[in-house]
Amino acid sequence: MKIYADNAATTPVTPEILEVLIPCLTENYGNPSSIYTLGMNALRTIEKARAQCAKAIGAKTNEIYFTGSGTEADNWAVKETARRLRRTKGKTGIITTNFEHHAILHTCEALEKEGFTVKYLPVDSEGYIKADDVKNAIDDNTAIVTIMYANNEIGTILPIGEIGAVCREKGVVFHTDAVQAIGNVPIDVVKQNIDMMSVSGHKIHAPKGVGFLYSKNGLTLDRFIHGGAQERGRRAGTENTAGIAALGEAITIACEGIEERFAKITPMRDKLIKELSKIPASRLNGGAGSANKPRLPGNVNMSFIGIEGESLLLNLDIAGISASSGSACTSGSLDPSHVLLALGLPHEIAHGSLRLSINEYNTDEEIDYIVKVVPEVCAKIRAMSPLWEELTKGQSGWERFAPLLSPIA
Amino acid sequence: MLYSEQVMDHFANPRNVGELENADGIGEVGNAKCGDIMKMYLKIDNNVITDAKFKTFGCGAAIATSSMATDMVKGKPVSEALKLTNKTVVEALGGLPAQKLHCSVLAEQAIRSALSDYYSRQGIDPLPIVGEIGECASCS
Repeated sequence: MKIYADNAATTPVTPEILEVLIPCLTENYGNPSSIYTLGMNALRTIEKARAQCAKAIGAKTNEIYFTGSGTEADNWAVKETARRLRRTKGKTGIITTNFEHHAILHTCEALEKEGFTVKYLPVDSEGYIKADDVKNAIDDNTAIVTIMYANNEIGTILPIGEIGAVCREKGVVFHTDAVQAIGNVPIDVVKQNIDMMSVSGHKIHAPKGVGFLYSKNGLTLDRFIHGGAQERGRRAGTENTAGIAALGEAITIACEGIEERFAKITPMRDKLIKELSKIPASRLNGGAGSANKPRLPGNVNMSFIGIEGESLLLNLDIAGISASSGSACTSGSLDPSHVLLALGLPHEIAHGSLRLSINEYNTDEEIDYIVKVVPEVCAKIRAMSPLWEELTKGQSGWERFAPLLSPIA
Repeated sequence: MLYSEQVMDHFANPRNVGELENADGIGEVGNAKCGDIMKMYLKIDNNVITDAKFKTFGCGAAIATSSMATDMVKGKPVSEALKLTNKTVVEALGGLPAQKLHCSVLAEQAIRSALSDYYSRQGIDPLPIVGEIGECASCS
């Protein structure tokens, strides 16, 4: 059995989206800047997609700027807004959280080197932040607040509407990275007082290499890539017509089907959480998914102590399951995921994390298989783990981990 | 990141997993905070390593290097096992990604740590023979 359970990493292009994409490469291949019919047709395709993207989030068509990725949209929004407000108003403050995606965190770190001051608001032990925390952090120097809509690792959904209201009241620009949220929660940029928002295509079945930045009319958006006049002179480079058309179609399908998808995926997610929680010395990372602890419908993030995440993933891959982890070995650095550390978890627990991200293409049979295989693989790895041996024999510090985990036996 | 076929083979079917009840030398290196612990057990008769077992908490490379290192010292005289380096383990595995080289260092250290223990048990100072077993550069 082959199971893809890493939809938060990327998704396949679905047949209906491929149908929109292919003709843009083969027939409708004109340069959208060209004046002849072929060019105008390509431009029409792009403008149709722009209208689709705008409609999906309650924006106006001329508030959508296509980019090469969600990361680019994040870079654009935060860097150019911060730089502009320093230039025009002398503001050098940025507010974000300590569990943002690296697209935001590393952008903020780069801006610190330019002289900006960044406040990294700490999330609580379940991965949430309150609008009041943001309100209290805003001061006269604050140029921009950038806070993710939903976390990519632990799936927690933040109170974006409340944060938007606070920022609007304080007159501060509010940007949100909605890469994980789009298609999972209804978004209305007007009602939620969102000034800028980043979206990526490949999380919702469009191809990799396309995203957009929403930037509210009235807000100055400085040019990010210099060159031609594309994207109203703000983002040069010949448009990715095929990717943009696919994104327009993908976001329409994704946002029209939110309720239906939520109803289908949530019970699968909850079954995974319920069954995997039976593994001894485990924990769920992030909120439970109740009304006051909202969680993305497809996100499961568990930790199993005594297990290192990469070996868990390799064993699951051998069993046919593609998943993700926040261990140091999979994070590409020596430290485990900054998101799990932001929850206050010790390294030992963060190393043993597993993220399963499912969507509407997963089936009940697949969930049953995952629920059967993960405990077997965990038992196999723990049988050869000296850390597990020490913990079960009571030799080394189980009491330190006990409050954070289910019983060890 | 790409693992070689040999690494995946030693990861999927690790050799010498387990413990030796009457081991003559036991070595443990690494720590849980870093995400790697290797514990190696050696059975030594007449200066020959007759059996080697390991338990490892760690990534694919940590398990594969433990498996390969124990395989490489099994049946060898202690004098030869002392010559085992992380480089020979890496070569035998058909290479390791750069960020995983520290796992092979850990495997070498685990063998040397077990040999140290073997000498200590016999009342012999291991330091002149086995040398200093430093912290893994990546973990310190």
